[in-house]
Amino acid sequence: MKKIMKENSNKIKQKIAGQKILTVALTLALASASLMTGCGGSAGRGSSGTAAAASSVSETNSTETGGSNELYVYNWGEYIDEDVITQFEDETGITVVYDMFETNEEMYPIIEAGAVIYDVVCPSDYMIQKMIENDLLAELNFDNIPNFDQIDPEYVEMSQAFDPDNKYSVPYCWGTVGILYNTSRLEELGVPAPTKWADLWDERLSGEILMQDSVRDAFMVALKKNGHSMNTDNEEELEQAKQDLIDQKPLVQAYVIDQVRDKMIGGEAAVGVIYSGEMLYIQEEVESLGLDYSLEYVIPEEGTNLWVDSWVIPANAQNKENAEKWIDFLCRPEIALANFEYITYPTPNKGAFDLLDEEMQNNKAVFPDKDSLTNSEVYSYLGDETDAVYNALWKEVKSN
Amino acid sequence: MKRWKQNLHKIWQDFYLVIIMIFLYAPIATMIVLSFNSSKSRSQWGGFTLRWYTEMFASRNIVSALHNTLLIALLSALIATLIGTAAAIAINSMKSIPRIFFMGVTNIPMLNADIVTGISLMLAFIAFGISLGFKTVLISHITFNIPYVILSVTPKLRQTSRSTYEAAMDLGATPIYAFFKVVFPDILPGVLSGFLLAFTMSLDDFIITHFTRGAGINTLSTLIYSEVRRGIKPSMYALSTCIFLCVLLLLIISNFAPAYKNAQHNKTIKKREGNSYEKNNEGKLKQN
Amino acid sequence: MTNNGIGKKLLAGPYLVWMVGFIIIPLFLILYYGLTDKSGVFTLDNVTAIATPEHSKALILALLLSFISTVVCLLLAYPLAMILRNRNVGQGSFIVFIFILPMWMNFLLRTLAWQTLLEKNGVVNTILSLLHLPTQSLINTPGAIVLGMVYNFLPFMVLPIYNVLCKIDDNVVNAARDLGADFFQTLTRIWIPLSVPGIISGITMVFVPALTTFVISSLLGGSKILLIGNVIEQEFTHGSNWHLGSGLSLVLMVFILLSMAILAKYDKNGEGSAF
Repeated sequence: MKKIMKENSNKIKQKIAGQKILTVALTLALASASLMTGCGGSAGRGSSGTAAAASSVSETNSTETGGSNELYVYNWGEYIDEDVITQFEDETGITVVYDMFETNEEMYPIIEAGAVIYDVVCPSDYMIQKMIENDLLAELNFDNIPNFDQIDPEYVEMSQAFDPDNKYSVPYCWGTVGILYNTSRLEELGVPAPTKWADLWDERLSGEILMQDSVRDAFMVALKKNGHSMNTDNEEELEQAKQDLIDQKPLVQAYVIDQVRDKMIGGEAAVGVIYSGEMLYIQEEVESLGLDYSLEYVIPEEGTNLWVDSWVIPANAQNKENAEKWIDFLCRPEIALANFEYITYPTPNKGAFDLLDEEMQNNKAVFPDKDSLTNSEVYSYLGDETDAVYNALWKEVKSN
Repeated sequence: MKRWKQNLHKIWQDFYLVIIMIFLYAPIATMIVLSFNSSKSRSQWGGFTLRWYTEMFASRNIVSALHNTLLIALLSALIATLIGTAAAIAINSMKSIPRIFFMGVTNIPMLNADIVTGISLMLAFIAFGISLGFKTVLISHITFNIPYVILSVTPKLRQTSRSTYEAAMDLGATPIYAFFKVVFPDILPGVLSGFLLAFTMSLDDFIITHFTRGAGINTLSTLIYSEVRRGIKPSMYALSTCIFLCVLLLLIISNFAPAYKNAQHNKTIKKREGNSYEKNNEGKLKQN
Repeated sequence: MTNNGIGKKLLAGPYLVWMVGFIIIPLFLILYYGLTDKSGVFTLDNVTAIATPEHSKALILALLLSFISTVVCLLLAYPLAMILRNRNVGQGSFIVFIFILPMWMNFLLRTLAWQTLLEKNGVVNTILSLLHLPTQSLINTPGAIVLGMVYNFLPFMVLPIYNVLCKIDDNVVNAARDLGADFFQTLTRIWIPLSVPGIISGITMVFVPALTTFVISSLLGGSKILLIGNVIEQEFTHGSNWHLGSGLSLVLMVFILLSMAILAKYDKNGEGSAF
């Protein structure tokens, strides 16, 4: 065994470089050259600052309790206009260390284990509830967030589903989950436009369906289809939902997350489950590419998931005041507008909404009518045990 | 008749090489094309643009990820080369039992699945109370790079003859002087190849970095992975195209200076190595 | 002399510290997590969990796909290495480098580019329809995953075989030919037996990463196909059950060690003749 590895590495290594000393030297020259440009470039300040800052985290954290001029932000990928960060830094003199996560579930253990200490995080509804229940969040001081009154009270009320007294969170983006469909592809297949989740079980759509690749979203579809709450912990209902998902699997082309956007624009599939925030981008793209098909969004009549992503401050945050300044800054109408234009997810900011032109305000895909949402719910946290049940059932679906 | 047959043989071989080349380079060509695509969407062509090349350096995420990637690759390769070369020299002088132990442990990071290595390091950092960040990524990269260095230096060490080293000492050289004058030049190619390999491995790693990185530390790999959800920014393709072309250019330059290269070669790689490689080539030439 | 020997051994000091701190202790932590439950009590449940239908299915599928990929890599790489070796006049290193160059592209981007190529309206199907051939559904199938594995790991198979082939003396081959061996005979009697160590290295270098990958299967398999690597990754990043993830990692390590041991045994027989 040892011999194998020795051998193999020798050989590979020797071959790659052994005889090509000049190449090696040149490669190094390249590497160091690009390194220097990295340092000398305009963004060099930010990046080297990042490295230095991160390496000093532990010392700073262990000795000081705030007052530092930094802010550790943990947000979804591609979920902010980068210029906004720069503007915040210029205005406040605070250095922002910005980091991204891909899923709530990935973010949670990082915060829980304290492996990295963040000052402000942007999780979704049910995850906020879980963090509140596990004492991972600090109460906000709303005196430091005067712009909170720009948030439409409707969304503050919606937040009570997971943050009952509105003590911990400030809404950042919200939206629905619905079905995106390709009109001409459906015509070719002779299938009417979908109006409800049950239409995703239509056998004529074999290989044409894109489902969401996350436990809660996938089960939401099946549970809602059967007329159950998507926050159920009833074993029979879950078992039935699992069976439905297994039955649906042969029809599904792929389980994806946000790739559903590119795949639908590319005409890869007839229907896809998608977050409403992607609609604006999709509509613009379809128009600018001059495609010969159109993509429409529908909120299924059985009701859907209403979701809210909100800013919260972890209990162990080191720069709480800076974090509040950050939240306040993001609630400013112009800033919220800039972010809306970049990420295109509906904003709960009334001030920003008022700044939009009328056409946008009336865009039903982005800002749906209230009465289309009557059966919809917000996810709530179901407890570790029920979570484990969901995960186990989902694994069964995926491995089937 | 025979010549004809040989030609046919050669055509087949060329054909095979071309097919494999297409297989290897098709995705890269795709990426280069996409870097000029004015649509952000991966699956639609929206017209030609150079916009992503200008935006590439304006994005601080990309610039800092590039900076981190190169810095980590360079530092981890350097440190791994130092520790690894020293360890290889020591291991080479050991008796068989400690040597088997050392080589056994050295093989672990290479044998083990990346995902297990990454997770085990993450668990260790958390257990030691080291907050995840730049330094944990660096430590992890050094950890998986050391074996590559050791495994490329060891065979070179075995080829060096002990007697020249001892002769140098008999003639009054100190061990250190003797080492740098006699042994080191012989193992230099191994050290360099170990370094380059470590650099490449570090550059291409995603999984281990994914599990051991912390706040604000993105390498190109982890940045790309976080963008997979919402669609890759075409600036990423532009950056990769630039890196690719730079490496290709270097390769071409180094290849078109063969005379210089050969001279370098013969200086560093001594005849003692008996290089089967060259022997082969000579054989070939004679045959022709 | 003895003095000098000790001095030399001290050079292993930094590595010894590093090894213990960042290789051995982390592995013991995996072992610890794998053999305990959330309250820290000893249990074998995390390891025996591999026997549940969804886990064993993921493991078997991973074994199957990585086996196929390894075979395909070998079949592609061997002729390639032979051609490269036989052309190895001066320009040889350049040609070899051409085959390593793709590795300098980011691994995720390379794999994503395959999505664009393989999709229903992707490049491959567009070319097929231009040639008036029926389009194929390529993406999100086990075949696409195998393709991704072969693509990413092919260089690891080519290089060791190429290196071993370069060491084979032309005189041996010529002698065989002079004695009347045809191509097939030289292949089976000379080339293959002499290149066994390279083949073995290549097989391990391809099989292990293919067995444990989770990125390729999720990008090219549309997440419809769950491999053991995906299961472990999800336990750590989504399910946040580190104990189960560690337990399954232990099982995976056993499988890797087992396959290496089998190969090592096989190698011992072949290697004597190679060196």
